[in-house]
Amino acid sequence: MVPLSHYLILSAILFGIGVMGVLLRRNAIVIFMCIELMLNAANLTLVAFSRFLQTLDGQILVFFVMTVAAAEAAVGLVIIISIYRHKQSVDVDEVNLLRL
Amino acid sequence: MMPTILFYVFAVISVVTALMVICSKNAVYSALYLIGTLFSLACIFLLLHAEFLAAIQILIYAGAIMVLFLFVIMLLNVGQEKRTPLRLKGQKIVGLVLALGLLIFVLARTRGVKNPEAIGAFSPDRLAEVGGVKSIGWLLFTDYLLPFEITSILLFVAIIGAVVLAQRSPG
Repeated sequence: MVPLSHYLILSAILFGIGVMGVLLRRNAIVIFMCIELMLNAANLTLVAFSRFLQTLDGQILVFFVMTVAAAEAAVGLVIIISIYRHKQSVDVDEVNLLRL
Repeated sequence: MMPTILFYVFAVISVVTALMVICSKNAVYSALYLIGTLFSLACIFLLLHAEFLAAIQILIYAGAIMVLFLFVIMLLNVGQEKRTPLRLKGQKIVGLVLALGLLIFVLARTRGVKNPEAIGAFSPDRLAEVGGVKSIGWLLFTDYLLPFEITSILLFVAIIGAVVLAQRSPG
């Protein structure tokens, strides 16, 4: 059986890759995808702990995380669309004003 | 033995595809590689006896959310990233150092983590007997009823927010 620490290491690596993407990329949509990647890394930790503690609370928390991620994706992508309408670009370097 | 090998296979696939997400120049390729990551994570969920989550991982993430992403990428036609010089000097180096620092810190914390004692009653045998989906459904409608209902309000507000934001402002 795979030990818990290996699941945690995989989760940490995926989270690190997500952070790297957010810090290095400038395309707002790719940054958004990296946030989804980080959410998934956290989900993996929750499921692994839920399996090893033999409770279902972790899995239910993952269910809620997925729901929030769906809502967040919808609203976030619409914000990206409205930024594109004003700037004709989704480069986050171009977005440096809080007003339109 | 087989589940152990499968875990390492899917772990490698997920890490490689995750790296391709941040390395691809084209956002469409990033989205497709992210679907690969989500799919291999769903397989790892299956190996962890979380069948329900594996199913909704593919249905909601790989199905719904990523289709939304691809739809927006193609709607805005922003596949290719422009090669403009960076606004911030040394952003790449500082970002890489910070991300690697966080990664090393978290990896150092996972060292020496032992398998914890089981405290709950939901062993894989019990789940196979009762049914994993049934157990989760039971918990959702008893202990977690209030959060479950609040989730529906959250989704409702998100839909309204998305529609309002997507409207073209008058004038």
